[in-house]
Amino acid sequence: MDLNLSDEQRLLRESVDRFIAETYHADHRRKTAGDPLGYSPAIWKQFADLGWLALPIAEEYGGLGAGPVETGIVMEAFGRGLVAEPYLATVVIGAGLIAECGSEAQKQAILPRVADGSLCLAFAHSERAARFDLAHVETMATETADGWRLDGRKTAVIDGHAAGQFIVSARVAGDDAAPGKLCLFLAPTGSAGLTMRDYARLGGGRACNLDLANVHLPPDALLGDGSDVLPKIEAVVDRALAALGSEAVGIMQIMFDMTLEYTKVRQQFGRPLSANQVIRHRLADMAMHCDEARSIALRAAVMADAEPAARGRAASGAKAKIGKCARFVAEQSVQLHGAMGVTEELDIGSYFKRLLAFDTVFGGSAHHYRRHAALGERAQPQS
Amino acid sequence: MDLTFSAEERAFEREVRDFIAQNLTPEMKRATALTPSVFSDPDIGMAWQRALHKKGWGAPGWPMEHGGPDWTPAQRWIFEAECARGGAPNVNVMGVKMVGPVIIGFGSPEQKNFYLPRIVSGEDYWCQGYSEPGSGSDLASLKTRAVRDGDDYVINGTKIWTTHAHHANRMFALVRTNDTERKQDGISFILIDMNSPGITTRPILTIGGDHEVNQVFFDDVRVPVANRVGEEGKGWTYGKYLLEFERGSGIASAKLRDALKTVADLAQSDATGRAIDDPDIAVRMSEIEVDIDTLEMTELRVLSALQTGQNPGAVSSLLKLRVSEIRQAVTRLGVEVIGHDGLYVEPMRPLYRLNETPGIPEEMLPVVPEYLNGRAYTIFGGSSEIQRDIVAKMVLGL
Repeated sequence: MDLNLSDEQRLLRESVDRFIAETYHADHRRKTAGDPLGYSPAIWKQFADLGWLALPIAEEYGGLGAGPVETGIVMEAFGRGLVAEPYLATVVIGAGLIAECGSEAQKQAILPRVADGSLCLAFAHSERAARFDLAHVETMATETADGWRLDGRKTAVIDGHAAGQFIVSARVAGDDAAPGKLCLFLAPTGSAGLTMRDYARLGGGRACNLDLANVHLPPDALLGDGSDVLPKIEAVVDRALAALGSEAVGIMQIMFDMTLEYTKVRQQFGRPLSANQVIRHRLADMAMHCDEARSIALRAAVMADAEPAARGRAASGAKAKIGKCARFVAEQSVQLHGAMGVTEELDIGSYFKRLLAFDTVFGGSAHHYRRHAALGERAQPQS
Repeated sequence: MDLTFSAEERAFEREVRDFIAQNLTPEMKRATALTPSVFSDPDIGMAWQRALHKKGWGAPGWPMEHGGPDWTPAQRWIFEAECARGGAPNVNVMGVKMVGPVIIGFGSPEQKNFYLPRIVSGEDYWCQGYSEPGSGSDLASLKTRAVRDGDDYVINGTKIWTTHAHHANRMFALVRTNDTERKQDGISFILIDMNSPGITTRPILTIGGDHEVNQVFFDDVRVPVANRVGEEGKGWTYGKYLLEFERGSGIASAKLRDALKTVADLAQSDATGRAIDDPDIAVRMSEIEVDIDTLEMTELRVLSALQTGQNPGAVSSLLKLRVSEIRQAVTRLGVEVIGHDGLYVEPMRPLYRLNETPGIPEEMLPVVPEYLNGRAYTIFGGSSEIQRDIVAKMVLGL
């Protein structure tokens, strides 16, 4: 039992913290906000040089073989900087899916290119009718004489604009009337029949909706051996939830720090705001919510490789709890900044929007408390 | 970074588990489950304390020279967790966890030699004389006065909310020995024999129907000056030191998990018509479980810091706040889970000595009283409002 950072982890934290403090200031955000590319290839190259893109990738594929705790360290700092680079989509989810589901040849072909920064990935999975149910996929994959044909519609594909390859989920119909196996396919972004509608994402970065109409792919576009991959998708998404949780913790902490500072300097009625008990108690509650989020995000990271029910409950519990804590800290940060908090002139608003996006991605608190409860009937309520 | 204990720690965990299996009698276990107040009655609590003492585990947090087992922070955590999991009695903390550390830290050699062994063995039973009718959150305004007369103090005044004063043979109290400009500077920490002439105790029933707290009156009670701990006028410092223990006695998640399990078992039973099938109850159960997971993780973060000699910081107020709120959430959910049976009132105490079959399943009996009495969790030991003041000042530097 040890929850202290190792020396390597401490060094990693220092290096990411330093980079974020030097690079991601408000000026940088303002300059890149309207940029249709949405991220900086030059910075992405620096991430690669610093080894961050290689972190969770296994050593035999050019990675560093680090775990979810290291990912959490990076993501927390990224939250503080409101990093718009497609790290979650490419490194955490994309490379995670390839590592879980890909054949040896596919891993050899793709993972080293993620690690060296030459390839970005995006996970085209969610569909309008599914809401946040990972198992609900209507996009169909049909086997053809020379490979596969994909038809369907994907929504809110995070960082799709930056990707060289989409990882598309689709049902492969069997001989019977059953809904078919869930499989993943690699689709290059320029494939014929693939229409991308790209938009600026709430809180920074971009996302897109994807139409697949008669998209033809070669036989080796199918990831892995064609068995149902839902359990593997769940595993990767659970890791993504832990990573997102750490990102949210970074955002909450900086919002709280800024708000605490503001209440000390802002004078009304001849004294600082923080001299009022109602404000002091609010700040105490915000501090508590930040600390709770930190604890439960760490728990999701440490349990990311546990057996599926325990892992899923840890991930969903963290997503739900952090969502609740984040909402409180974000809303109170705006509230305590007064009218200025509702303007585009302060950074508080940018952080606020990123936390709102956090609560939306992969489902909010209500959804994840329900999943936690449902998984609990398999595992006992006591962990 | 990992959540698993080392091989030695797991061996220790097995040792504790075996000890509990061999020493925790079904009667103690049942009495603990059927106690809707904070602490077990002395017949149950002290029976357990004696068993622990025999094993050398009577004072987990104490150094070896005073009869403690010299455990690492991890061992203490494992011990508390296993006791909670096993359903062991809630031994009154006023001796081992409160006055003990103060005597160890500030007592005279004579006081250490006399009192400490009697605390570990369970021979003495302590109560705490802090609050007064006029001094609740503003504790330093206390008025119970100790006036020097030769080798004695003569004490007059009253203390209130005194847990188990009706069982205790000793009290540690904060008393006013001087009227100083800063009221904290006139307070001394004194050890009182509850059998001294001039002490009377009045029971106070809490809204759950339990007699756990009292008001204690002092009429010219003579206490030897030798019973003062440390210096005259320094009592406030010692008292605050102790409150840190009361707030942050550190390891609460295991108890809360056990309490939630009791509610979950009820919710899954036919006796409640399987309340868990109500999606709202299932989700609220999950919310509380995640809150406990969060608390446990915070405790383990503190533990990790302690293990490597780091200072975990002023977290005890943060923990106290959350622990008391989560406890209340568990008891509130309990009331909802038992549904109609929440209307049943059983006035007899203790519940585990009931001599007729109650009108509802026995395990439901403490549910409503626990919720009612449990409103005190956010009040005693410094109300949640006071805790937030402390967090703002000590943690946020405001």
